Amino acid sequence: MEQPIIQIKGLGKEFQTTEGKVRALEDINLEIRPGEVFGIIGLSGAGKSTLVRCMNFLEVPTEGEVLFEGESLGNMSPARLRKTRQSMGMIFQQFNLLAQRNVLRNVCFPLELGDTPRDEGRKRAMELLKTVGLGDKAGAYPAQLSGGQKQRVAIARALATSPKVILCDEATSALDPNTTKSILSLLKEINKTMGVTVIVITHEMAVIEAICDRVAIIDKSRIAEVGKVSEIFSEPKSKIGRQLILGDAARQVKFGDSRQIRIIFDGRESTEPVISNMVLACKTPVNIMYAQTRDVGGTAMGQMIVQLPADKTEADRALRYLETVKIPYEEVTEHDL
Amino acid sequence: MTFDAATLQMLKTGIWETFYMVFLSSLFAYVIGLPLGIVLVCTDTDGIHPMPMVQKVLGTVINLLRSVPFLILLFIVLPLSKIVIGTRIGSPAMVIPLTIAAGPYVARVVESSLREIDGGVIEAAKSMGASDWQIIWKVLLPECRPSLLVGGALAVTTILSYSAMAGFVGGGGVGAIAINYGYYRYEAGLMWVSVVLLVVMVQIIQEVGMRMSRKGDKRIR
Repeated sequence: MEQPIIQIKGLGKEFQTTEGKVRALEDINLEIRPGEVFGIIGLSGAGKSTLVRCMNFLEVPTEGEVLFEGESLGNMSPARLRKTRQSMGMIFQQFNLLAQRNVLRNVCFPLELGDTPRDEGRKRAMELLKTVGLGDKAGAYPAQLSGGQKQRVAIARALATSPKVILCDEATSALDPNTTKSILSLLKEINKTMGVTVIVITHEMAVIEAICDRVAIIDKSRIAEVGKVSEIFSEPKSKIGRQLILGDAARQVKFGDSRQIRIIFDGRESTEPVISNMVLACKTPVNIMYAQTRDVGGTAMGQMIVQLPADKTEADRALRYLETVKIPYEEVTEHDL
Repeated sequence: MTFDAATLQMLKTGIWETFYMVFLSSLFAYVIGLPLGIVLVCTDTDGIHPMPMVQKVLGTVINLLRSVPFLILLFIVLPLSKIVIGTRIGSPAMVIPLTIAAGPYVARVVESSLREIDGGVIEAAKSMGASDWQIIWKVLLPECRPSLLVGGALAVTTILSYSAMAGFVGGGGVGAIAINYGYYRYEAGLMWVSVVLLVVMVQIIQEVGMRMSRKGDKRIR
């Protein structure tokens, strides 16, 4: 297998606070492969922001090590570490642009830190601004831009040094849904066209579904599970995974007391009217409690919570139907909510 | 009150003396205070280069210097002027005590300006591989420029009011005229003229500082 671009081994992080020691991360092991979009999801306080900061040593772990292309960040000299950071761009929830510099000079900033000649830097910055769709805003100041535009500038800035990895710390959490969508597709595009590995930290499952190939779920300072997004989405093994994936649905499924199932659309059943066929085939009504589906490149992705008929034989018939047509489903129990 | 040629000449000389006392003292105070202010911020426990001991010691020294009343400091420091400048009277001799009094003040003013910066911006610079020096020169100082300019107006105004006290110990300037004529000779007219001159100077300094700050601030749109 290809060498991981970032490898985390037995990583732990402890903070010293006035109330004693707080463990933010414990025994984290992860391998991030070159060229993938890797998601890290967790509730706030789970430790995900600390984890991403350990990847470029903005936070120095108290245990374990972080390898970038096989080299341990902990063994690097300060100068070597700074050089390595230039291979890892980072974008933030609050954008963190320099308010007193215009857009072009913000994008030039990381190049100024290196030895790039001024004119060359400006040329590169201008190209990147065009890439992120802000070619006409070069002279504007951050205060004149919308949130989405600021994040685009931040992305251009993170790309300036041609990094191999981009770390995104809740990059879309301060943006509205439409802007979030456009920023995510920009990140995906950058990943595809430039081959940059993207690491996304978020608390929203929708972000993971939208762009990630693989995901790690982090809960109470530990990794709860890691895997392909499609696999984890259809069969979450950890309790936290189920909670995160159910998301909004959890609030919708409290009616009645008959059994409820979650049907997963993982891209295979794009043209088939699944529920209608089930109803017609089993001749039994079902109640749709919650549905969230979207079209991803021509295939249906998403989930639906369906309440089965109260009658046990009818309910079993419906389940058998789903099994024969190979549609993944799982039962939703009180325990999940 | 008579405003003959001699009085006018005296006022003119006073204005010039005040100007260069304040200008030189401010310059030297910033030469000392700006780096100290930067050190105070950077060596703090959550700064870019934590050195808690250095921070503590420096902070204490600054507080000590700041707590000595200026008039007392004047008497203590004037022998030093004698050594450095060769005289302990006249306006040039006042530059030394003014600088020593204003330096720590400037350090605190600079410190409070630099603390206004959003930690996230520094974190971003670090993530791009910036060194401590680069963070200071390319992030901290330029981003805090508007606030540093407002602080500058504040510091220069304070130095101006200190300089007025120099009249008590043989210094020159507009303050000295107010003291010598108003306080010692009961010539209220000339005293008020001097006071008005000082007020006008403070207004000008304040206005210039605020305008420069606002004009250069890209956050306001």
